[in-house]
Amino acid sequence: MKLKDLAHSRTGDKGDIINISIIAFDEKDYPKLEKLVTVAAVKKFLGETVQGNVVRYEVPNLGAMNFVMQKALRGGVTRSLRLDKHGKSLSSILLEMPLDITN
Amino acid sequence: MKNKIRIGSGAGYSGDRIDPAVELIKKGNLDYIVFECLAERTIALAQLQKMQHPSMGYDPLLEERMKACLPYCASNNVKLISNMGAANPIAAAKKTVEIAQNLGLTNLKIAAVFGDDVKSMLDFESQTFLESGDSIAVVGEQIISANAYVGVEGILIALKEDADIILTGRVADPALFLGPIIHEFGWSLNDYPLLGKGTALGHLMECAAQVCGGYFADGATKVVPNLGNLGFPIAEIKADGSFFITKLDDAGGMVTQATCKEQLLYEVHDPSTYLTPDVVADFSHITLKELEKDKIEVSDATGKPLTGKLKVSVGYHDGFMADAQISYGGSYAIERGELAIEILKERLKIINIKVEDVLFDLIGVNSLFKSNKELASPSEVRVRVAAKTATKDEAIKLINEMETLYTNGPAAGGGISKTVTEIIAIQSILLDKDKVMPQVEIFKS
Repeated sequence: MKLKDLAHSRTGDKGDIINISIIAFDEKDYPKLEKLVTVAAVKKFLGETVQGNVVRYEVPNLGAMNFVMQKALRGGVTRSLRLDKHGKSLSSILLEMPLDITN
Repeated sequence: MKNKIRIGSGAGYSGDRIDPAVELIKKGNLDYIVFECLAERTIALAQLQKMQHPSMGYDPLLEERMKACLPYCASNNVKLISNMGAANPIAAAKKTVEIAQNLGLTNLKIAAVFGDDVKSMLDFESQTFLESGDSIAVVGEQIISANAYVGVEGILIALKEDADIILTGRVADPALFLGPIIHEFGWSLNDYPLLGKGTALGHLMECAAQVCGGYFADGATKVVPNLGNLGFPIAEIKADGSFFITKLDDAGGMVTQATCKEQLLYEVHDPSTYLTPDVVADFSHITLKELEKDKIEVSDATGKPLTGKLKVSVGYHDGFMADAQISYGGSYAIERGELAIEILKERLKIINIKVEDVLFDLIGVNSLFKSNKELASPSEVRVRVAAKTATKDEAIKLINEMETLYTNGPAAGGGISKTVTEIIAIQSILLDKDKVMPQVEIFKS
């Protein structure tokens, strides 16, 4: 199973910081997501793309989490060399993260 | 006092579609239409334009938007609020007077709201950029603009003067919506829980179609109806701060809990601490309820007192960006793309091109995400080199090296493109809120 099977997502940008929301399609799955989609797992999956710190904010009443990632756009939207300067595509990339739901 | 007001969102960025805004003004039973048209860098670009042409420096689509919208705003009594004033709200207001007169619309009050330009207040001794930590003196001579994200104050003055059209410079995006709400309901500027609710409304609305199914469809499981005719949103709010988001029945798109959740967290960091010049809004307890199809009620937003500081965007010249691309197809497309990159890297050394940063991509393989491990075998790839250089000459040398791959590179490379653009960078500083005074000037058509 991949994250995309349980959640949807949107990227926003401010300077060199992006936020990626992870929102459960079904709020019943939220506790599972909170357990599996940790800062460490997200940081590992995105690898070198995110150079800075990652913080997770939980919003259980929306069945959602918000990941805030520093140094993710090679200097920020206005000076980035990235083809996708805003990091808009990174939400779709993160949804490809495999989830181990056996436990 | 009205017991409820309806606000439409007419644009989510400077270049946004105009026809959905016109539809809203015609059929949305609106009191206000708000056009949010200023991205981080837009005002620096507008300032450059103003330096060359003192009567310019406002939104490039101002004229087209006003021509399309003003007749319906006048006939349906819809007030228009926008940050299309950009670097020159006074010139934008004067231009709008001219457009209104040409349309035969007289006696309209058109307000310019400014005071956000704080370039003269920059302090090279003490101020540092929030992003890089460097003193602003490092880019001193290169600075083009410095604009504070101001709150509702100027908009409130203009509304009190009974302005029909309000054109601002830099204003915090949600304030464009919060202003008319405070004005109509007589909310206190210290009632932070209410201001938090109005800010939640503004935040959901400020990107226009993004809460109506734009930036949402995933091509398979998240299906949005009629995207070609995507509608812009309407918010209806009562004096107690309760509100819902909806759209026109005949417009494409949809307003669902899912579209609202994605937009609620868009460009937010800590959802309990969303900083604006008017309130520190708290979205962390928000609940959503579907009242009926395409009508979502938003409850339990709140707010806390201010920080006393304003964010200021500082725009400055930051060298040049070169971007050049070439495509390879058929068998070994990836291998030839990689070979092209190797050749380019060697050429940069041989002819000694000075770059501050350089990035090589294989579009179709790893341009969006470098860590892709499962390498597919696409039927075509596009090699891209992007580099930051101090001078335009260096950037041109680099893109010309890409062009030499036609005759000097791997077989069957085609479709070369090359561009050089000047980089206008933005970084931020903080400024005490009490140093920035709103200014309003009213014109009549």
